[in-house]
Amino acid sequence: METTDQLRDRLLARFPGAEISVVTNPGPAAQHSLLLSPSPARDIAVFLRDDPALRLDYCSNVTGIDWPTLGCLEVVYHLYSMALKHGPVILRLRTTNRTDAVTLPSLTPVWRACEFQEREVFDLYGIVFTEHPDLRRILMWDEFKDHPMRKDYVEPDDYEWEPTPHGGVLEKAKRHYPAAPVAGVADPGPASASPATKP
Amino acid sequence: MSDFATTLPTGITEPDRDELRRQGILLTSLEEFYNWGRSNSVWPLQFGLACCAIEMIAASMARFDIARFGSEVFRPSPRQADLLIVSGTVTKKMAPQVVRLWNQMPEPKYCIAMGACAISGGPFKQGYNVLKGIDRFIPVDIYIPGCPPRPEALLHGLMTLQEKIRGQKLTGPDAPRHLRADTTCDYPVPEFGEHDLEPPANSAVWQAPTMMRKEKGQA
Repeated sequence: METTDQLRDRLLARFPGAEISVVTNPGPAAQHSLLLSPSPARDIAVFLRDDPALRLDYCSNVTGIDWPTLGCLEVVYHLYSMALKHGPVILRLRTTNRTDAVTLPSLTPVWRACEFQEREVFDLYGIVFTEHPDLRRILMWDEFKDHPMRKDYVEPDDYEWEPTPHGGVLEKAKRHYPAAPVAGVADPGPASASPATKP
Repeated sequence: MSDFATTLPTGITEPDRDELRRQGILLTSLEEFYNWGRSNSVWPLQFGLACCAIEMIAASMARFDIARFGSEVFRPSPRQADLLIVSGTVTKKMAPQVVRLWNQMPEPKYCIAMGACAISGGPFKQGYNVLKGIDRFIPVDIYIPGCPPRPEALLHGLMTLQEKIRGQKLTGPDAPRHLRADTTCDYPVPEFGEHDLEPPANSAVWQAPTMMRKEKGQA
């Protein structure tokens, strides 16, 4: 299979208006990915699926990334070819921001395997996929308002019973601790000093 | 031997009764007879939530054979079950359904929390989506720690529950819930809220234990 740079050049020749850049992976896996602009993404996806040299007929994985530093949400698609036994080709799509412009084109019309995984990304990251056939929450309940995998998610404060807290959990548990005992009054709790040391 | 004393007719001691039984005279009370019968036929609900359910299934098969204790009849309907084995992680999305199943079971009913997740949330305790112990919503009789507990541990939990049933009085303040007028058998089902379950715990069943702790450096 051609390299990611060759694939980008071929896509740019086929889709002249599209913005396509390569995101390199410096790790030993060296799985470089293609960062696409959202508007031509579905046409590019159809091309990748139907091109006789690529035949990327299988979308194995869809995941989301929250980038507070870049100010965007990202969705990542891993594509393989069952017919030609090669892959992966990795696509990345980024939203404009993290608050109101969080819409991306759904690739479920191209690969049916994306349906549940895009629902999961919608549920946990809050990316809205246009033309998804059934965009509902899949893991959390329908009444739930938050997106738990975002970095700024604030979880429910149910740390009232933490027998051995440490680290960040200790800070959360401390909010539920009873007020410190007044000096001179013996501790009533089971974790207090043993009876022998009491006055 | 056991934490739960068996009930004896008044005016007779346990050695007396055992001596009479050796001589072929069965002396008993209605309470003891009734508890003996129902403790040896505890029908669990056929209900599993996670990997602990695999151990529960193993306990019900030939090698560990829960039938030795009269609990082999796993009922597919809560209306016919005496025992709820909460075997596995209770997610917040699943918790209302578990409480609803518990409410649908007829009294007298018992609950075993099997495994670290059902007791406290286990390895998922600090997550946002797992209930930190089913005892926040329903009263638990037996806690079985482990991840998952071995089938032997489940059998030991069942035997402990049988001892508890045998020790129950039919009258007085220690009677089971359904024989008392001063308590309710009603357990409200939590609602799905915008950020968490509403309410996050049933305060009539569960209160956070109080632990007094010292700050570092405090005398």
